[in-house]
Amino acid sequence: MSQVASEPVTAVETPIRLQYRYTAGHATTRFLRALTEGRLLGQRCPRCRKVYVPPRGSCPTCGVPTDEEVPLADRGIVTSFCIVNVPFVGHAIEMPYVAASVLLDGADITFQHLVQEIPAAEVRMGMRIEAVWAPREEWGPSLENIRHFRPTGEPDAAFEAYKEHL
Amino acid sequence: MRDVAVVGFAQSPSVRREDSRNEVEMLMPVVEEVLAESGMGREDIGFTVSGSCDYLAGVPFSFVSALDAVGAWPPIQESHVEMDGAFALYEAWVRLQHGDVDTALVYAFGKSSPGSLRDLMALQLDPYCLAPLWPDAISLAALQARVLLDSGRITEADMAAVAARSRRDARDNPKAQVSGDRPAETLLEEPYLVAPLRLHDCPPVSDGAAAVVLAAGDAARRTSARPAWIRGIDHRIEPQALGVRDLAHSPSTARAAQVAGAGRGPVDVAELHAPFSHQELILREAIGIDGGVAVNPSGGALAANPMMVAGLIRVGEAARRIHDGSAGRALAHATSGPCLQQNLVCVLEA
Repeated sequence: MSQVASEPVTAVETPIRLQYRYTAGHATTRFLRALTEGRLLGQRCPRCRKVYVPPRGSCPTCGVPTDEEVPLADRGIVTSFCIVNVPFVGHAIEMPYVAASVLLDGADITFQHLVQEIPAAEVRMGMRIEAVWAPREEWGPSLENIRHFRPTGEPDAAFEAYKEHL
Repeated sequence: MRDVAVVGFAQSPSVRREDSRNEVEMLMPVVEEVLAESGMGREDIGFTVSGSCDYLAGVPFSFVSALDAVGAWPPIQESHVEMDGAFALYEAWVRLQHGDVDTALVYAFGKSSPGSLRDLMALQLDPYCLAPLWPDAISLAALQARVLLDSGRITEADMAAVAARSRRDARDNPKAQVSGDRPAETLLEEPYLVAPLRLHDCPPVSDGAAAVVLAAGDAARRTSARPAWIRGIDHRIEPQALGVRDLAHSPSTARAAQVAGAGRGPVDVAELHAPFSHQELILREAIGIDGGVAVNPSGGALAANPMMVAGLIRVGEAARRIHDGSAGRALAHATSGPCLQQNLVCVLEA
């Protein structure tokens, strides 16, 4: 008893659970809705003319609303990438795999996705890629509708084409 | 001390649920409006600071994404408080005292609708001994009201009178969420929500955003025909443990009001951040507001209470009455924490 009383308390358990209803917002809602139809939708800044995808309803550099919607192709280039060799919990992808910054044709910012159907060691900057969509019946309001990107076999883009995005 | 004034104020309407707009989309028109009112572009702002709380909407680092609403390019000087925007305004005022920048944009946003506000406010309490019991925000306010009633200084009718007046005044405020013209006597016929609080003694759950532009010296005179000069501003905090506080009084408000110079002259209008009706009565006494002062002509937090925003709105509403000439000296108060734990008082003059 005296021993227990003198032991410092080093942990207490205080379970916390909060439930939220997420508000995607106008712009992201339209982007996610378009994804359920297999389309990629960006938005153009009225001031700097940059096209953002996924769109968030504002231009983060100009601070103005981005109202003009721009349909984007489901293909583009790898601007940069890394080869992941470390597995982490909940991940089902085979090692090693490539996480790439993808610049869609017509977009001015990159987003991150997987590049597969090519050995990791052969992925390169400027490589042309296209989306591989999940079966239509699996589509939801999610970028997971695109399983991954794969090489198109077209010639690589010149460094000049994407140097602004590195 | 450098003379600093509120030269612009804008707010969104307070609504129960912003269903389709996210925080950035809610904030953008407000920032645009306050800059237009202040006759400034983004490039004219020397310092930007915001007040918000990630717990409300459950969006981690929402204050970082909120920067999309102001355009942080070329890189800007920016700061954030995980508090009501009134405390961000205090930081901006301090920042302007440095003398190297003349203007500041202060904004605040809060969406309470995605979660359960009265529950999540328990997480601001002592995390080891009190928060695990999940005392909800309304119950803690009811405890405070009970202490005040038991002290014999107020009655439930006094509380209902505050609620009735707030709702009546809110009819003239297009941004308010709750308004009405029921007399206090009929409000008293309503059932208790958490005794001794009835629904009208409690603030609505609100989504909203607000922004203020501060300018120093000549920059303020250039942009505003009648700047609302900050003649005093101070904030004070009380201990975290509710049991060690005197909940029926607000010594932190009294001290802040004294340091801010509230008593150096009569005020025409006072905007008090009292989310619960009985809290207005505590604040009036702490500041020393007499019957001749117009208190919360906007309807106050009982009419619209966007968390992290309602305090900044008080400063904005007080300043607005100086801008439009209807007040020469105004007082604004903002609170943070459970049962008026931390309090800010700001004295504005034409």
